[in-house]
Amino acid sequence: MRFAVHLEVRLRPTIADPEGATIERSLPALGFDDVSNVRAGRSFRFEVEADDESAARLRVSELAHRLLANPVMEDADLLSLAPLEPARLP
Amino acid sequence: MTRRVGVVLFPGSNCEHDVVRAIAGIGGQAEIVWHGATTVDGFDAVVLPGGFAHGDYLRAGALARFAPVMGAVADFAASGGPVVGICNGFQVLTEAGLLPGALQKNAHLRFLCVPAALRVDSTGSVLTRNVAVGTELVLPINHFVGRFVCDDATLAELVADERVVLRYLDNPNGSVDDIAGICNRTGNVVGLMPHPERAADALVGGVDGVPLLASLLDIAAAAA
Repeated sequence: MRFAVHLEVRLRPTIADPEGATIERSLPALGFDDVSNVRAGRSFRFEVEADDESAARLRVSELAHRLLANPVMEDADLLSLAPLEPARLP
Repeated sequence: MTRRVGVVLFPGSNCEHDVVRAIAGIGGQAEIVWHGATTVDGFDAVVLPGGFAHGDYLRAGALARFAPVMGAVADFAASGGPVVGICNGFQVLTEAGLLPGALQKNAHLRFLCVPAALRVDSTGSVLTRNVAVGTELVLPINHFVGRFVCDDATLAELVADERVVLRYLDNPNGSVDDIAGICNRTGNVVGLMPHPERAADALVGGVDGVPLLASLLDIAAAAA
């Protein structure tokens, strides 16, 4: 089965995020006084081939921890993982 | 005997010739090693130079760490061989897990290309063995991703074990504890953001990098 994956990688809460802070500082000038706690990150979309959903999750987790996120400073969140082909009813 | 230094060339490295020239200038012999090489046999020391390996895509150093040569560099380091990562090379060493912590974007989000005043804070590394603690040096820095970060436990260990090799006198990038360079537990793997190879000729602005590179050559001679 093929699964469509959407993964988010962002700096850990304890690591200063100058990009997010800079964006946040520019917001009042644009009239967005109601926005706070801005954090910048990256989003990855890809497909993975696996026997089932739990196997796919395991592969994605391996990939996230080995390459896409640096565990010293980043967290990875799986935003969605869904089969590409609709499941056929028995 | 002339000491041979291998200077690893990743796609996107751009300081490899500076390192080769600086090493030659102090009596060593340096050669470029392609990142696809599977061995660093025959070298007495290895330098990972500055630049933008693999375009710094994903994170600086994140893709370079999977280069074939990095397995050989890890083995060389594990056997006590001197390994120095300068700037992008430092980023590669942290991504490869050969040094703790990580490098993040500078606190003010500006690319820095300035001379930085530094203090040697440990003689426990191959790069500072011959340089007295407290020695002040001015070396060029040239980076956007140079803010050293690590968790509190790692920082406490680095400080307690005197593995902070260099500190900035006036922290330019927000690095934790003013850290500009660190080493591993055994002192043979060193990473630093400043560029000693660009301060190895009076003609281009200074020679403060020479004692560091000379220390590396001395150690390489002893290890060989």
